[in-house]
Amino acid sequence: MAKVTIPKKACAVNPLKMSQPLGASYAFLGMNRCMPVMHGSQGCTSFGLVVLVRHFREAIPLQTTAMNEATTIMGGMENIEKAILNIRSRAKPDLIAICSTGLTETKGDDVDGFLKLIRQRHPEIADTAIVYVSTPDYLGAFQDGWAKATTAIIETLVEPIQIRPVRSRQVAVLPGCHLTPRDIEEVREIVESFDLAPIFLPDVSGSLDGHIADAFSPTTIGGTTQADTRRLGASLATIAIGEQMRPAAAALEARAGVPYRVFDRLTGLDAMDQFIAHLAEISGTPVPEKWRRQRSQLQDAMLDGHFFFGGKKIAIGAEPDLLWTLGSLVTEMGATLHAAVTTTASPLLERLPANEVLIGDLEDLETGARGCDLLITHSHGRQAAARLAIPFHRAGLPLFDRLGAGDVLSVGYRGTKALIFTLGNMFLAEHEHHEVAPTQWALPEETLRAVEQARPAPPTTLAA
Amino acid sequence: MSALLNQKIQAVFDEPGCDKNQGKSEKERKKGCTKQLAPGAAAGGCAFDGAKIALQPIVDVAHLVHGPIACEGNSWDNRHALSSGPLTYRTGFTTDVNEMDVIYGGEKRLYKAIKEIIDKVDPPAVFVYQTCVTALIGDDIEAVCKAATAKFGKPVIPVNSPGFAGVKNLGNKLGAEALLDYVIGTEEPEFTTPYDINIIGEYNLSGELWQVKPLLDAMGVRVLSCISGDARYKEVAYSHRARAAMMVCSKAMINVARKMEERYDIPFFEGSFYGIGDISDSLREIARLLIQKGAPDELMARTEALIAAEEARAWARLEPYKQRLAGKRVLLITGGVKSWSVVAALQEVRIEIVGTSVKKSTKEDKEKIKEIMGLSDHDRAHMIDDMSPREMYAMLKEARADIMLSGGRSQFVALKAKMPWLDINQERHHAYAGYEGMVKLVEEIDKTLYNPVWEQVRKEAPWDAPVAEVAHG
Ligand code: SF4
Repeated sequence: MAKVTIPKKACAVNPLKMSQPLGASYAFLGMNRCMPVMHGSQGCTSFGLVVLVRHFREAIPLQTTAMNEATTIMGGMENIEKAILNIRSRAKPDLIAICSTGLTETKGDDVDGFLKLIRQRHPEIADTAIVYVSTPDYLGAFQDGWAKATTAIIETLVEPIQIRPVRSRQVAVLPGCHLTPRDIEEVREIVESFDLAPIFLPDVSGSLDGHIADAFSPTTIGGTTQADTRRLGASLATIAIGEQMRPAAAALEARAGVPYRVFDRLTGLDAMDQFIAHLAEISGTPVPEKWRRQRSQLQDAMLDGHFFFGGKKIAIGAEPDLLWTLGSLVTEMGATLHAAVTTTASPLLERLPANEVLIGDLEDLETGARGCDLLITHSHGRQAAARLAIPFHRAGLPLFDRLGAGDVLSVGYRGTKALIFTLGNMFLAEHEHHEVAPTQWALPEETLRAVEQARPAPPTTLAA
Repeated sequence: MSALLNQKIQAVFDEPGCDKNQGKSEKERKKGCTKQLAPGAAAGGCAFDGAKIALQPIVDVAHLVHGPIACEGNSWDNRHALSSGPLTYRTGFTTDVNEMDVIYGGEKRLYKAIKEIIDKVDPPAVFVYQTCVTALIGDDIEAVCKAATAKFGKPVIPVNSPGFAGVKNLGNKLGAEALLDYVIGTEEPEFTTPYDINIIGEYNLSGELWQVKPLLDAMGVRVLSCISGDARYKEVAYSHRARAAMMVCSKAMINVARKMEERYDIPFFEGSFYGIGDISDSLREIARLLIQKGAPDELMARTEALIAAEEARAWARLEPYKQRLAGKRVLLITGGVKSWSVVAALQEVRIEIVGTSVKKSTKEDKEKIKEIMGLSDHDRAHMIDDMSPREMYAMLKEARADIMLSGGRSQFVALKAKMPWLDINQERHHAYAGYEGMVKLVEEIDKTLYNPVWEQVRKEAPWDAPVAEVAHG
């Protein structure tokens, strides 16, 4: 059980956290034919764009309302209006998704009100869906922005339904932002194997899986379609992955009466067993042979791996849901979560298998990671790991100094196995660095001195 | 905007060294370069970004960003400005203000943050960057910095360039203004020589300054101060003792060069380190200015000898590429300011330029490009003001160019069109300055163009390809 601490520093050093609007924009990128817009000054968008481009190595559609000081003080109505009209004529998206930033929130723009007025003034834009979410960057973090954006999409677009369809095979799946495009594909395969028809919201696996489209598109290509979003309410159940998605799942229940269950993670044997059992239950379909086989492979991997995890001290810096996922796994494998640093509040934090969890920065993580055997965090942690001279595993976003950020798999039986092998191999490789030397087990100075002193003085005279 | 910042912006726009501004009417000039951006059709960094880019290469200083997490959290650790020593500049410091600070003001937090940094890192100076939110709530960073300077006995420099003040380029200048107001002229070098120069507007991205420095060493010229690549705080502070200055390519820091000429009588010229002809010219110009300021005449002879030897060596190394690259067509999309120097560089190996962006170029830049490319006044097709990604994609897809050189942002436009692309902007990992860099650039272009991968990725799947006659053997 962890104590949650917020360090009393005035200055964050080497931020771990990224902003809410960026998380929200990322969620919007999982919507098909969408143009995400940050309502704020252009720099925020430009920085956000660079983060996502470097992570995914993909072109990222992202726009700005290009506020300056004058427009901020007068209110952003006109800029939002121009942005919508501009984007509509240039990119013709199905969805324009807007999130606020620190600047416009400080001023207190009533964007919902603006949008109503803009709709009235421009009946010609009736065919373009618009979603707005409030995400000031002086509150919360990336994961909160993602969760809020998903909730806003549900509250704006899902059609409330009167009569629940009987024998629906449709399920709503709400993945947290800690799932990679590849993770989402894996979950899709698992859910479909129970003869269910999942709709993912949002679905970055469609838009950011790194494929080459046949033509140029200024908007997202792939992701949750408008039609699928609207009919989400007709699902027989909602599966939310990550605690962050609980409010979104609750919003779908409130709007369309879909019952939900939150899975705090899909990594780890026990967590996956529960997930599979749940799918079998809601679908009434027996568990396919494939998962039984993968399950036993995972068990074998756990047995092989536990030798190397046992007793290892691990430091993790990640957003709450990812921290929970990774921290739980490494402790289940016999390691201890020696240092845990995260970005924002979550009910999971207190339940973490660690003494303390800090809502802090990479400086805190670096301090905590002293004497650890492994550091896990996003790419910005590489300098800390180098200074500490300990192995470094990259997890989370941004991951800009390795290829294939979107292709990392760590959910499901298969993904858990892959993660265990990756981390286990790091421990193994580290082991090789420390070859046994003859001096390795030399006794400490004190012992030798003590021995020296304890030696009886040589007899000076011979006993007669 | 605070009156002070407003004044600064006006002053920067009034820059007599900037022909772009001088060409405008008084009223236009008042509006400055911050042309209104089209909401929903804008891209590019903010003024804060520009200021940080200009100053962060001062490597022993702590750069503290006063604002919510977005400004620093989403941007730190992004650029490859290199240091030969201290790494303080690579640490991301931010006040990460929260809702309470937004309501009650963030000045206290800022002051405490400065104290923490001084206690912890003890840098020779702290630079404090203003951002949109903290500017809007009226935090007076000048006052906080002044108090902190007095209290801690260490320069704490306010950089008043909040994002909404304008675009990146304006931010470069505002960052430079902070140096003029608070840093330059505040210390004295241990000794001076008749061969001391300043290099202004060079950020040592990927180590480009280090590609040039050996040349200056060979001439016996000392870089007293580089503003700001691989710079130490002190060296910027005593840069007013240089004899001459070179302003590198862009006009981003023209205000520093000109004001130092005015205040300290340091003559400057605008030169480029890109392209063989250009680097030679720059070396000559450095020698000429130093001689004009009293250095012995023989400096020029040494310089010419160096140029002759290095040019010959570079040409010899480029020779094998000439044949492979002659007639290859390049689409060049740069930030604009670098356009002409890169154009000149490519033409040296007879690469054809099918288009170059001039979006951010000044009138003078444009003239230069026209001259280098031998274009007539009417031949504007090659100069692209603003190309949408869709147009870029089409141009590449239809193979009207063989390769695109651009910044990282548009790389995927090229890659998705299955066309070669090479990074020539700040995020790049190769250094392209000096004779050395020129050879490197050509090598990279060659390597990219002739990579066998292009043939493979452009091939259709066998089941999609039109069925050819089946050969029976
Ligand atoms: S536009 Fe303003 S809030 Fe956004 S990154 Fe730039 S300084 Fe920060």
